[in-house]
Amino acid sequence: MGIIRTERLVFEYIRRDEEGNVEGITRAVDEVDLDVRQGEFIAILGHNGSGKSTLAKHINAILYPTEGSVWVDGMNTKDDKDLWNIRQEAGMVFQNPDNQIIGQVVEEDVGFGPENMGVPTEEIWERVEESLKAVGMYQYRKFSPNKLSGGQKQRVSIAGVIAMHPKCIILDEPTAMLDPNGRREVVRAVRALNDVEGITVLLITHYMEEIIHADKVFVMDKGKIAMQGTPREIFSQVERLKQLRLDVPQVTLLAHELQKSGIGLPAGILTVEELTQALETVQKYRP
Amino acid sequence: MSIILDHVNYIYGSDTSLAVHALKDINLVIPDGQFIGLIGHTGSGKSTLVQHLNGLIKPTSGSIYFNGEDIHAQDYDKKKLRSKVGLVFQYPEHQLFEIDVFSDVCFGPRNLGLSRQETELRAYAALKQVGLEDDYFYQSPFDLSGGQKRRVAIAGVLAMKPEILVLDEPTAGLDPKGRDEILDQIAKLKEETGITVILVSHSMEDVARYVERIIVMNQGSVMFDDTPREVFKHYRELEEVGLAAPQVTYIMQALSKKGMPVKTDVTTIAEAKEEILRVLRGG
Amino acid sequence: MLRDITLGQYYQTDSVIHKLDPRVKLIATVCFIISLFIVKSWVGYVIAAIFLAVSIRLSRVPFKYMVKGMKAIVFILLITVVFNLFLTPGEALVSVWKIRITKEGLQMAVTMAVRLSFLIVGSSIMTLTTTPNSLTDAMEKLMKPLKVFRVPVHEVAMMMSIALRFIPILLEETDKIMKAQIARGADFESGNLIKKAKAMVPLLVPLFISAFRRANDLAMAMEARCYRGGEHRTKMKPLKYAGRDRIAYGVLAAYFAGCIAIGICL
Repeated sequence: MGIIRTERLVFEYIRRDEEGNVEGITRAVDEVDLDVRQGEFIAILGHNGSGKSTLAKHINAILYPTEGSVWVDGMNTKDDKDLWNIRQEAGMVFQNPDNQIIGQVVEEDVGFGPENMGVPTEEIWERVEESLKAVGMYQYRKFSPNKLSGGQKQRVSIAGVIAMHPKCIILDEPTAMLDPNGRREVVRAVRALNDVEGITVLLITHYMEEIIHADKVFVMDKGKIAMQGTPREIFSQVERLKQLRLDVPQVTLLAHELQKSGIGLPAGILTVEELTQALETVQKYRP
Repeated sequence: MSIILDHVNYIYGSDTSLAVHALKDINLVIPDGQFIGLIGHTGSGKSTLVQHLNGLIKPTSGSIYFNGEDIHAQDYDKKKLRSKVGLVFQYPEHQLFEIDVFSDVCFGPRNLGLSRQETELRAYAALKQVGLEDDYFYQSPFDLSGGQKRRVAIAGVLAMKPEILVLDEPTAGLDPKGRDEILDQIAKLKEETGITVILVSHSMEDVARYVERIIVMNQGSVMFDDTPREVFKHYRELEEVGLAAPQVTYIMQALSKKGMPVKTDVTTIAEAKEEILRVLRGG
Repeated sequence: MLRDITLGQYYQTDSVIHKLDPRVKLIATVCFIISLFIVKSWVGYVIAAIFLAVSIRLSRVPFKYMVKGMKAIVFILLITVVFNLFLTPGEALVSVWKIRITKEGLQMAVTMAVRLSFLIVGSSIMTLTTTPNSLTDAMEKLMKPLKVFRVPVHEVAMMMSIALRFIPILLEETDKIMKAQIARGADFESGNLIKKAKAMVPLLVPLFISAFRRANDLAMAMEARCYRGGEHRTKMKPLKYAGRDRIAYGVLAAYFAGCIAIGICL
């Protein structure tokens, strides 16, 4: 069984009007089946309101399913006795960097998780050091979080989660509030965690450039999984992605447009090199 | 009718040891009716610069003229200036406060001391301009979706009937479709009313499609100020300061290096497509 | 601007005072403040001044920086002095029209000015040399006995440290919202009191909403990181007394005893 598994996961909430009367029920997550293996890099895409964040919060046992089940490393999130083990094994990074840093000094914030878990003092220091080094923020350990850039703050948040020694880490739109530099920093740090430390990564985003290196991509819409496959498989369906309020990197879009005009290019081009090579071939064998 | 910045400098905390030279000798002319992209990464001074345009920040030295008048002159009416130079901040939906959408949009014109009728007419027109449907007018702004909230907030500034509209990162945090919708709406507004628009962004790709002029800020100075085509020619320099030209620029550069006789100064996908097709079809 | 308030904000440097256990600094500050009210003669104030000067010197915080932070309080200080100077009855020294400055008034004004400024400088040494976090740690530890009376000591300390973390963020946010509303023609300055209070609505509503949103997010982030109150919790930086703390306690005891002696005898 995979490290994260959901079975027919449904989450509903009741909408109420101003007087508190029930207006209706919204199904934010609708029968989602996921099976993520240890060490995978999974990306979940979707427009705002597609249910992707709600899904993510189930894995950390912040929300509980209305129907169906979620297992993290074999533990059902409904079991109260496993709650803290689940939260330790499935670490979570949120969107707004300011609203998840608790400490007033970088190193103290990274130590917050281990402190809560009751890790002995000396080991906390070791964990803080290794986590900050893993995201390249060790030289900032004595800084106040207020003095850091958005990308740096998010890396501190990631270190704070790694210090809890999780098996997987769920990042809920960690780059949505960052500028391109910050986004690159964070994505690089996340990829390194996956490559070097072998931590399973679940990256939730709507920036297509960030998922090119994922092992598998899920696209969500209206609470359901609308598409799944490798990045190449996903990116080859430009029209479908547009329907789902998403877009593709410019290079993929250009390749798609050229294809529509009758140029014979392979589907799902992801990088500039791929496109230029393909075009070179086309030119060479031009009748 | 224009804004002129003449040797504008701005220094934060000049009386402390932590003084930061946020703007360095900025000289710009912003004529009527232009669609301008102001690009720079966080901390490049672009947000500080736009706050100078409506007098929220006073330059440490240098002058700013709006329609020929120094906006920091003794008897200059700042309130009127702020109605003429509309500034939409980043995440503007965080400034909504009224009980319903319509009242919130009325806030600006009401502050100008307009009659009730005029205020409401303007609010209505502004909400129409941002493409919000009537059904939402009497809902609480806090019940709307992220994209809708942002439209309401932009309408709140439009209702003051500005001659110049400055938007600081109007697409931050929106999904791709939401981003395109807002940008298209702004472009449409620009076309219909002929208003001057300054779009602050850190994404070249977003603005390249719309604007006719790009001002690139770096470390408090203007690095480039030209048409997108000219600015993107400096893609290497842009990269050095942590910005990047749109991906199409790189594609065309790479193709040209491989010996394909394409023009490298295209700025949009549509242009790139035409250009590649031209070469491939032996045009 | 709001950000410029530096009163007692932590000043990063390496000094003996910085290294002292925060509990020592907390107790010392309390003792110092009490001592200012025990001594009533100039000898006592001279001793207090020496104690203060030595502490400042040892803290390595530039005196200029300290004074700059005090600007905000000069006004309060002036009012106190003026009130004492003119409103204390007694033997008149100068008398112009209805205004009389008495000998007692002068004495009182000087004493109050000295006390107040010593008090402020004294406590700002503590905040300048101690991170808010270790300060709350110290309070938590010192108030632990209160747990017997069901006082939620850990929770209060956690709340304080979170509040301290978010003050600069919320100040910046206030500044931003204010500017955004000014850009929409809002006027926060002119008008009478009622008008001014009304003008605050467009500032306060968004600010509260934002604060609640942040609180919500933060609570979720804390839970996600296994926070479950003070039980089972270990400390990354546990408080432990070192040799220099014992010496500091010794010096403090000597000073305090001296002050009491002076207070009684002189």
